[in-house]
Amino acid sequence: MRKITTLIGVFALTSMLLVACAPAATTAPPATEPATTEAPATEPPATEPPATEAAAEAATATPAAAQNTSVPVAGGERLQAVLDRGNLICGVHGSFQGFGFLDTNGAWSGFDVDFCRAWAAALFNDADAVEFVSVNAQDRFTALQAGQFDVLSRNSTWTFTRDAELGLTFGPVTFYDGQAIMARKDIVSDASVGLDALEGANICVQSGTTTELNLADQFRAAGVSYEPVVFAEQTEAFQAYEEGRCDAVTSDRSQLATQGQAVLSNFDDHVILDLVMSKEPLAPAVVQGDEKWADVVHWVVYGMIEAEEHGITSENVDDFLTSEDPVIRRLLGVEGELGSKLGLSNDFVYRAIKLVGNYGEVFERNLGPFGLTRGQNDLWTNGGLMYAPPFR
Amino acid sequence: MSLPPFLRNVRVLQLLAQILFVLLLALAAGFLYANVTTNLARQGLTVGYDFITNPASFDIGESYISYEASDSYGRALLVGLVNTLVVSALGIILTTVVGVIAGIARLSSNWLISRIAAAYVGVIRNTPLIIQLAFWYFGIILKLPPVREAVALPGSIFLTQRGMYLPGFEPTPAFNFWRIYIWIALASLAIIWFMLRLIQNRSELPLPLWAYLAYIVVPILILWVGFVTQPEPPLKANLPVLTGLNFRGGLRLTPEFAALLFGLVVYTGAFIAEVVRAGIQAVSRGQVEAARSLGFTGAQALHLIIFPQALRVIIPPLTSQYLNLAKNSSLAIAIGYPDLFSIAGTVINQTGATIEVIVIMMLSYLSMSLFTSLLMNIYNSRMRLVER
Repeated sequence: MRKITTLIGVFALTSMLLVACAPAATTAPPATEPATTEAPATEPPATEPPATEAAAEAATATPAAAQNTSVPVAGGERLQAVLDRGNLICGVHGSFQGFGFLDTNGAWSGFDVDFCRAWAAALFNDADAVEFVSVNAQDRFTALQAGQFDVLSRNSTWTFTRDAELGLTFGPVTFYDGQAIMARKDIVSDASVGLDALEGANICVQSGTTTELNLADQFRAAGVSYEPVVFAEQTEAFQAYEEGRCDAVTSDRSQLATQGQAVLSNFDDHVILDLVMSKEPLAPAVVQGDEKWADVVHWVVYGMIEAEEHGITSENVDDFLTSEDPVIRRLLGVEGELGSKLGLSNDFVYRAIKLVGNYGEVFERNLGPFGLTRGQNDLWTNGGLMYAPPFR
Repeated sequence: MSLPPFLRNVRVLQLLAQILFVLLLALAAGFLYANVTTNLARQGLTVGYDFITNPASFDIGESYISYEASDSYGRALLVGLVNTLVVSALGIILTTVVGVIAGIARLSSNWLISRIAAAYVGVIRNTPLIIQLAFWYFGIILKLPPVREAVALPGSIFLTQRGMYLPGFEPTPAFNFWRIYIWIALASLAIIWFMLRLIQNRSELPLPLWAYLAYIVVPILILWVGFVTQPEPPLKANLPVLTGLNFRGGLRLTPEFAALLFGLVVYTGAFIAEVVRAGIQAVSRGQVEAARSLGFTGAQALHLIIFPQALRVIIPPLTSQYLNLAKNSSLAIAIGYPDLFSIAGTVINQTGATIEVIVIMMLSYLSMSLFTSLLMNIYNSRMRLVER
């Protein structure tokens, strides 16, 4: 008996060591996983796109043999794999009011979610050809690397380390955010106080976020002592703050405003400090090394920004099809072959705008109800930071 | 068609089957290994432990060893490991007490006591631990009054939703002199033990009770000499005082630690209660009857006859429960206690070194469990029925 246990122990140890000390590369066949989820047959796009081009056939490729599971695919093949599968798998938050959550009707909703829908619309002319995977802050990048979803659209901050070290490519910034602190009104008199007002405070924070680092950095720099209470989920951090476990809670300003209103029983008792603790550009991310797929993710978002700049909305987009402006004609795929260069239909921007809306519409629809103003996220023409490279 | 003779040999067949099994295992391990390396290589990721010496840059709420944000990732993981060890060790001790009491109570002839114990086991054993943890944390402890309305108990003990604050002690400058007296006192205890044993070995009769008083009298005498010669006591009280937003000073039991410890103890205790009950019922009734007819009281019978025999049945499943408790402590992250799993998660997220950190975690939990098993196995072999 003892021999057997020793043997098993030794075996377990060696196998773990083997995995741990893995050298760079060996010649082995690429991993293929069997489909693990059920494969509902996705309907081919019902409506014929208004400006049919040759490349559209790529989008309508039969999804009959499609696997409904995202699998790791070699560089440059993700786009084809998604088209073959017939739907997009999108990693989202799941319980972040305004950004990625299930609404009261059980439908996925939110700012980040709408970008998933926009990509699906551009790819399949069907904004609902998306499977949403809810993922927590800790696991999101690992899950993306493992290929559990095609694109991560989950209020993720684009940072140097994540870009360079985690093997990710971040898309265009969809929301310029910054870390802030929310505290009870009975502790901080007004929003303009500095960190010293929080000397010795308990601060609730979510683990695995840049927030955790910024918090440590800022307090260290200011020489103010504090005690972090770290939770796996933002919801729990808010709940503990609400219960009074912490004097303050920290997160991105957008999150404090939206989650704060959704979770806290009396939002007026709390104040969000003016202090900006960091730059938090939130952007979608894809696995590094697949430029074609990254381009698709990038240019659909740019298309939505560009459309807003020209005043094209989901309601009036059809009127613009007859526009004489060559810039608009190219953007909507009436003229030129921009889409096919990405491996998409030429009218991919039209589809995204028609079915989901332009950047401004997505912003107002999801974040307007929380009283978030455009601020830095306004178009560059209005003094904001939203700027799309030219479509030509 | 008949098989060649050597294939009809049972021993050869058994050996072949074993070889085949090992080969299959090796193949599976090889496949997993190749899968990991190729996928990592394709994503341009490298595996290595270089990150471990880099500064962690995040803070940890509670720690038994000194730690600050500028310390390394390795140090941060060590803090997590120590936090896990502390909660597991305390949990194992307390849950044994709870479990044994509940297990005996379940067999009590007192209707109320046995019903209460049955209800405890029934409710706790049949609900998920994570829900119980959330209940203790969000439902009970965080509902305590806020810091400024703290419940003040006698002896400078404060009960708040930020935890329990107790008076602590801190060494005074005289502590170094005192250390000598303390060592002498401890040494005297060893000498007394040795001498008493020597005397006992020479005489047939047991030592009179007053001989044992030496254990108390001698150290007190030594410490009294200390009080006379030294002007300052070795320790002074460090009382918790409300300063600013929170209490400062004294000892503190954080709500996260309390909820986790309480949750683990109550949960595992219910399982241990059943193990203990099974062990006691495994001892044949004749043993109790024999004990009672020899004039043992109920408590004596339990203590001297039943329990020693029941232990042989109890120890192996008890070991599993101890291991479960230690491993279940990784649910700490749900209620914000910085255990190994929680800190490892943060480290993974900051460094991207998923595989490396998971290996560290697995090795830590594995060695923790193996060490616990080893201790319990030694104890078990001592408790085994010695056949003559």
